[in-house]
Amino acid sequence: MPDNTLGTSPDDVQFRFRDDEVVDHAAVTVDSFLDQSNAAAVRIEPGDNARDLLPHLDRIKLVEVNFPSFMDGRGYSSARVLREAGYEGEIRAVGEVLIDQLAIMRRCGFDAFAPDNELDAADAEHAFSLWDNVYQKTTDGRAPIWQKRHG
Amino acid sequence: MYRYDQYDQQMVDTRVAEFRDQTRRRLEGKITEDQFKPLRLQNGLYLQLHAYMLRVAVPYGTLNSTQMHALADIADKYDRGYGHFTTRQNIQYNWIKLEEAPDLLADLAKVEMHAIQTSGNCIRNISSDQYAGAAADELVDPRPYAELLRQWSSFHPEFLHLPRKFKFCVIASDNDRAAMRLHDIGIQVVQNDAGEIGCAFYVGGGMGRTPMIAPLIREFVPLDQLITYSEACLRVYNRYGRRDNKYKARIKILVHELGKDEYARQVEEEFAHLLEQGIEPPLAELERIKPFFADPAFKTGLPDKADRSDDQFARWVDSNCMPHKAPGYVAVTISLKPVGGIPGDASSAQMHAMADLAKDYSFDECRVTHAQNIVLPHVEIGRLNELYAKLAEADLATANIDQIGDIIACPGLDYCSLANARSIPVAQKISQRFEANGKGELLGTLKLKISGCINACGHHHAGHIGILGVDKKGTENYQLLLGGSEAEDTSLAKITGPGFDEAGIVDAVEKAADVYLAQREDGERFLDTYRRIGMDPFKEALYA
Amino acid sequence: MKILTGNDLMTGLVTWWDGQGWSPYVDNAVDVGDEAEAILAREEAARRVNSGYAIEASLDENGKVRPAHIKDRVRALGPTVRPDLTLKPAEPEALNWVI
Repeated sequence: MPDNTLGTSPDDVQFRFRDDEVVDHAAVTVDSFLDQSNAAAVRIEPGDNARDLLPHLDRIKLVEVNFPSFMDGRGYSSARVLREAGYEGEIRAVGEVLIDQLAIMRRCGFDAFAPDNELDAADAEHAFSLWDNVYQKTTDGRAPIWQKRHG
Repeated sequence: MYRYDQYDQQMVDTRVAEFRDQTRRRLEGKITEDQFKPLRLQNGLYLQLHAYMLRVAVPYGTLNSTQMHALADIADKYDRGYGHFTTRQNIQYNWIKLEEAPDLLADLAKVEMHAIQTSGNCIRNISSDQYAGAAADELVDPRPYAELLRQWSSFHPEFLHLPRKFKFCVIASDNDRAAMRLHDIGIQVVQNDAGEIGCAFYVGGGMGRTPMIAPLIREFVPLDQLITYSEACLRVYNRYGRRDNKYKARIKILVHELGKDEYARQVEEEFAHLLEQGIEPPLAELERIKPFFADPAFKTGLPDKADRSDDQFARWVDSNCMPHKAPGYVAVTISLKPVGGIPGDASSAQMHAMADLAKDYSFDECRVTHAQNIVLPHVEIGRLNELYAKLAEADLATANIDQIGDIIACPGLDYCSLANARSIPVAQKISQRFEANGKGELLGTLKLKISGCINACGHHHAGHIGILGVDKKGTENYQLLLGGSEAEDTSLAKITGPGFDEAGIVDAVEKAADVYLAQREDGERFLDTYRRIGMDPFKEALYA
Repeated sequence: MKILTGNDLMTGLVTWWDGQGWSPYVDNAVDVGDEAEAILAREEAARRVNSGYAIEASLDENGKVRPAHIKDRVRALGPTVRPDLTLKPAEPEALNWVI
């Protein structure tokens, strides 16, 4: 594997909310991606600008957003920026992905999860389904409470 | 005041269930303290010096009597019979057990209360003017806008892992009673030339180790774009706020380093993008919220004077009552600053008493102020005498609002694990000194604010007189600051010079007060005299 | 001497390592020498203490353990402004020990 590739393999994906086939491309860094025309998978680090990818969304099949620390919340904005720009491919949360962030990651557009440490499946299922309602509108298609109130 | 509908209730109930499950996993060892800490903090639970401390949100400072009674019951059931009202209009309890915290939160949810996002690197409880809906000088009641923001900011998925904490304040009058420009985002509801209501955004204020007054970022955000503009402000911060250094992570540093114009430009760019996303609730939602804050049924033809024959009562009226927009009414501030007492503390019995008085005298409403007092917002002038008598029975009739005895003090080293020095004993000694020397009333408006460390929870930067506790080689030491203001004439206080020990700082405050008494001109407050004559005369008196 | 302190995970109350377990009384604290890290790692993993740390302390003239820093003396006694809520409510002079 060349030095500029990294990323998770399909085997690392513990939860996935997509029907298409799991993307099996090694992700490259944002800089490498912008330098080459053939990569289909890219990994966004917290300091990367997700908007650099917007001109190339049509050839991206997988975006990995890395959480080196679960406390660094820049990845949430990265995912939303991509979804708001119309990206429909897989967005995979990788790194320190924990039970108690799964639900908000889903809200921000993540649809695959490859945690560094495997999560308890029952706890994860509980976390994904806990919230029946939401206050904010994002791109996840859920009707916020204000919409339910006013139709 | 605002009442939950089925959705709001379900959200807080779900949150309680979530935290109960998180607590279980922590106690079972399924998550580590490092993983659990941000979860408990976002439910208001700190680990402090002596025990867990729980901070309960009082949205925009407004409570009804049922809620105040519930706060008292919680103090008895889960704590040691008292609570501490804070400078962000919240209440905190000092002796909470982790294993009981989920039950406590469930009790709060029964009275439409919660501790959501009262700590952690997220958008905190939104503060406002304690006289909202009562003040004669307000354009509109600011609380519907604060409630709209409360719902938007609660559980906002993108903004729960910000670089640092984030505090909003919403006011709607030119007179600032909520330290608006010392918040991460200060919003003033304003009217434009066309007569439309909108919001002026001040971004990047704060106290702490690098105090800054928030600059105006946008003069007018239309009401149907309020949430979208707020989201743009937060997104720019979440993406570009510093995460390499905890002490440089607040938005004030980002705004300062970028410059306010560049920050504003980036926000405008994000705002233009977000307007396309349709994330704004319809104006109908604001219209749904507004009637909850409609005026109560004020009576007309009420007397506009109280019987002032009792001197003590007359003093209390002069210091603790504020003009009201409705004829025949005043807003009454109940001082939680008895001479020698602990600023902001109230026993469960006092909380019950204040709840009953709110119900009987103030249309079932009370408010928490950033100065750690309680307001009964709508009291008939003709009933002030009987109210005063009842307050006196509960040891709540101290007449000192905005005077030197009305001290803001953080919990300090008596309770707080971040503190370097104790704040409360200094406050106690100063209030006793000025009671004994009789100068308290003579000094008039003099806002004294004490913090036990540089994080400035006691707002020392914004005190006419500020005191900052520091650690000097293992002993407590206190720096004196002069000239701050949290009001519409916002300014940051300056340090006078070398610090003092505990006895020395009490003397120093008296010396500074004496300089003012000797030099003041007609109608000048301490702050005005300081601004006119400058620091030098004070320094001469302090360090001669 | 070096002693260990922390808070009880369940109650949050201040505790001191007494050589066998955790005590609410600083007087029971023992010198842990260079064992601090090992003991804390073991005890935190077993969830018998939360946010533990090692501090410097000395024995006073009466042979009582005295933490070097005022913060830990406040922790050892309780809030100085509420003597009734400290560990020694009947001994107001205990406050002088803190300062």
